[in-house]
Amino acid sequence: MERRDFLKSAALLAFTGVGGLARAAAAPQGRKLLVLVELKGGNDGLNTVVPFADPRYAQLRPRLAIPRDQVVQLTEAAGLHPSLAPLKPLWDARQLAIVQGVGYPQPNLSHFRSIEIWDTASKSDEYLDAGWLSRAFAASPSPAGFAADGVVVGPNAMGPLAGHGARAIALNNPEQFLRSARLARAEGESRNAALAHILSVERDVMVSAERLQARRKFAAEFPRGPFGSAANTAAQLAANDAGVAVVRLSLAGFDTHANQQGTHGALLKQLGEGFAALREALVEIGRWDSTVIATYAEFGRRPRENQSGGTDHGTASVHLVMGGAVKGGLYGAAPALDRLDGSGNLPFGVDFRSYYATFLSRWWGIDSAGVLGAGFRPLEFV
Amino acid sequence: MLPKPMKIAAAFAFFSFACAAHAAPIGYEGARHLLNRTGFGATDSEVRQFAPLERNQAVDRLLAATRREPSTQPPEFVDAPFEPFYRLRQMSAEDRMAARRRLVAEGFELRAWWVREMLSTPSPLTERMTLFWHNHFATSQQKVRASQLMYRQNALLRREALGNFATLLHAVAKDPAMLVYLDNAGNRKQAPNENFAREVMELFTLGEGRYGEQDVKEAARAFTGWSLDRETGEFTFRRMWHDYDTKTVLGKSGRWDGDEVLDILLARPEAAEFIAAKLWREFVSPKPDPREVARWAGVFRDARYEMKPLMRAVLTSQAFWSAENRGALIKSPVDLVVGTLRTFEIRPVDLRPAVLAAAALGQNPFSPPNVKGWPGGEAWINSSTLLGRKQWLDRVFRGSDPAAMTAQAPLRDDANPQKGRGERYRRMMERGMADYTFDGERFIRSLPVSADGAARVDMLVLAAASVNPAPEDADAAERVRLLVADPAYQLK
Repeated sequence: MERRDFLKSAALLAFTGVGGLARAAAAPQGRKLLVLVELKGGNDGLNTVVPFADPRYAQLRPRLAIPRDQVVQLTEAAGLHPSLAPLKPLWDARQLAIVQGVGYPQPNLSHFRSIEIWDTASKSDEYLDAGWLSRAFAASPSPAGFAADGVVVGPNAMGPLAGHGARAIALNNPEQFLRSARLARAEGESRNAALAHILSVERDVMVSAERLQARRKFAAEFPRGPFGSAANTAAQLAANDAGVAVVRLSLAGFDTHANQQGTHGALLKQLGEGFAALREALVEIGRWDSTVIATYAEFGRRPRENQSGGTDHGTASVHLVMGGAVKGGLYGAAPALDRLDGSGNLPFGVDFRSYYATFLSRWWGIDSAGVLGAGFRPLEFV
Repeated sequence: MLPKPMKIAAAFAFFSFACAAHAAPIGYEGARHLLNRTGFGATDSEVRQFAPLERNQAVDRLLAATRREPSTQPPEFVDAPFEPFYRLRQMSAEDRMAARRRLVAEGFELRAWWVREMLSTPSPLTERMTLFWHNHFATSQQKVRASQLMYRQNALLRREALGNFATLLHAVAKDPAMLVYLDNAGNRKQAPNENFAREVMELFTLGEGRYGEQDVKEAARAFTGWSLDRETGEFTFRRMWHDYDTKTVLGKSGRWDGDEVLDILLARPEAAEFIAAKLWREFVSPKPDPREVARWAGVFRDARYEMKPLMRAVLTSQAFWSAENRGALIKSPVDLVVGTLRTFEIRPVDLRPAVLAAAALGQNPFSPPNVKGWPGGEAWINSSTLLGRKQWLDRVFRGSDPAAMTAQAPLRDDANPQKGRGERYRRMMERGMADYTFDGERFIRSLPVSADGAARVDMLVLAAASVNPAPEDADAAERVRLLVADPAYQLK
C-alpha cells in the first residue's frame, strides 16, 4: 500500500469516527469555523447533482446530460457528476448535505447584481453596502483573541466580508503574508474615505500578523492548481492557534455558455479533489468536527442546454455542505423540471437567506434575523 | 420668467464669473492633479509646463494632443496572417501545446508593448481613455486567446478613445474579440445566445435595471448571425443564422437588426448618463453627483456622443478641481506601476516585470476578471494587494527581494495552469527588475535647487497630506522613499 493510500484510509477511518482522537488539536475557543467556497460564474447545478431518473433531464440536454451509467449514484433519483467521486465517501458517512433548489424571489440573471445580492443577503430590489458576514461580525464580533473574523484567500474581492464591520484580511498563504506584513505601519485616522479604507486595511494586517503562524505541513496531499493551494491555505488557517471564524475560497470559470462538458468536468474535479484533501487535513488536526465547508454561487444555469454546447444563466441551484458535524442527506426539493418559468428557469425552494441563517444561528448562535433583516427559517443540516 | 435681455445679462454675468474662477493659473498642485488624473503619473518638468496655464488652456492642450494611433511600434505578430481557431483542434497534442505557449508569449509581449505606450506616449490621456474603454468593454484574452484579435480591439478602442461613443459602440459590437468573448459568434436564430444582448444593455449602455428580461431575449434575436469568419477572424454576417422577424426592444417594435437595436439603446437618455457617471468615477471621486452628471450627459447628447465636448465638461468642472475631491481616488495597479515609473523617470528596457507587477496587484491588462471589468475603488486594496504594492515599491526604491512580490500575489492563470510557469515568471521578475531601481541622486539633481525643495517633492509625489510625515532632516532621496511608503501614495 502506498503511503498516500494508507493515509487516506486512516483519514477515512478517522472521519467515520473510529480513530478521530489520534492527533486532535484543541480548536480555538469560542467560535467554530465556516469555510465558504464561491463557485464563480454560476455553477450548473443540474450537472453537479444529477437528477438522472427524471426523463426531462436528458430531454432538455441532448448533448450535455451526464449518462446514467457515469453518474455517481447517491439515491434512486440523484447522483454526483463523475468528477465529484471523491465526495462519495463523505456521502456514505452521512457528512455531506446536498441542499437543492437554493435561490431567491425575483431572481436577477446578471452575474454582478446576483452575486451582490448573495454577498449582501439583500432582497432582489434592495441595495446594501456591507456583506452579510460583515454585518454578522459587526453585531457579534469573534473572540478578541482571534486572528481575524474572516480571511479571504486570494487577491479577489472581499465578497460577504466587504464593507466595514468585520476584521477581515485577504492573503494567499500565511507565510507570504507574514513576510510582507512588516511593511504595514499605519497610524492615524482620515476623513478622506479612500485613505480611511487603506488605513483600516493596514491596521487589520498588523493585528492579524501578530497572531498568525507560518506554514504548517500536512500529511494530506493537496491537488496541484490554484484551488488545491487555496484549500491548503484554508487548512493552515484552521490549524492556527488564534482562531478565524470564516475562510472564503473561490474557484472561477463556471460561466459555461459554450462547450461546457470538458470545462465543467475539470472544474468539478478540482473542487472534489480539493474538498477531499481539505477534509483529510482537517481530520488530521482534529478540526473536522468544528468546521463546516459550504458552497455558494450567484445562480445556477438554465436547464435547457443552448446551441453552443453550454448553458445560459439560470436561477436556483444546488449547494454542498460538508463537515464532521453535518447531518448528511438531501435537503430541499429535487429540481422541478416540469415547472420551469417563462424563461425556462427553475423555481427555488430554499431561500439562500435560510441557508445563511443555518450557519448564523445553528453553527454560531448569532441572531440571524438581526443580520438578515427578517426571520428566515434555518435548515437542519447542522 | 425674466425678460430676454435680462436673461442674456444674467447668463453673461454667470459666464464672466465662471471665467474668473477659471482664469487663474492652475499652479504646480493643480497641474500635478490634472496630469495624474488624466495620465499615469507626471514628471516635475511636465508639471511645471502646465502650472502657468489656466484651466481651459490646460484642458484644451490635453485634448488637442490626443491620438488615434499608437506612438510606438506594436509587436510584429499583429500583422501576421490570422491563425484560424479550428486549426488548433486539428493539431497534434504536441503542436497544440507549442501553439498555446506561443499565444501566451504573444499576449505577454502585447501587454508589455501597451505598458511601453503608456510610458512613452506624448498623449497619456489617449492611453488612459483606451484603458477606460478596455475596462468598459471588458474583453479577456483568457477566453479570446488570439493575440491578434486582442490587438485589433485595442487599436479600435484607441482610435475612438476620444472620438465618438456611438461609433465605438457599433464597432465594438462587431469586433471579433468581443464576438468571441460574449459568445455572439455562435448566436443564431435557432437558439439565440443572450450573453452579448444582456451585457450591451447592462454594462455598455444603460445600466442594470433599465431594461427587462424580455428586452434581453428580443435583442439577442437581433444580433443573431453577427459572427466571425473562420479563416480571416474578421466580422461576418451569416444570413442563414439571422432572425428577420419582428422584435420589441424597450417598447419599440420592428424587424430590427443589431445596429438598429444599438441605436434604440443610444436613443435612451440613460445611455449618456451611464457613461457620464462612469467618467465621474474615473476622473473625480467614487460618489457621482447626480445633478452634475445630468449636466454632462446633456452636453454628451447635444454633441451626438462626441467624446471631446464631454471630456472638456468633465475636466473643466468645479467638481474635478474641488479641494474635497483631490486625493479621493485610489490608484489602480496600472496607475501605481506606470505612474511610479513615469514620475520618477525610471525607464526599464524590459517592461514585462511591470506587467507582472500590475497583474499580481490585480490588474492584468487584456485579462479583466469578467465582462464588468475591474471593480476598482476600495476593492483595489485589501491586505494582500496593499502589501503587494508596498513590496513592489520597496523593491524599486530600496532594492529589496524581488521574488517576494510575485510570491505574495502570484499571477493567476486559472484557465490554463501550467507547470512551472510561476517559477519562470519569478525568475523573469528577478532578472528584469534589476533596472527598475530608482536613482535618487539623479532625481534630486533634476529638481531645481530651491528653499522649498522638500515641499515640492511632497507636492509632486502625494495627492494628499502624508500620514507619517518624514523627519525634518531627511534628505530628498530618503524623503522620496518615505513618501512612496506612505498610505497617501496609494491615492490620486
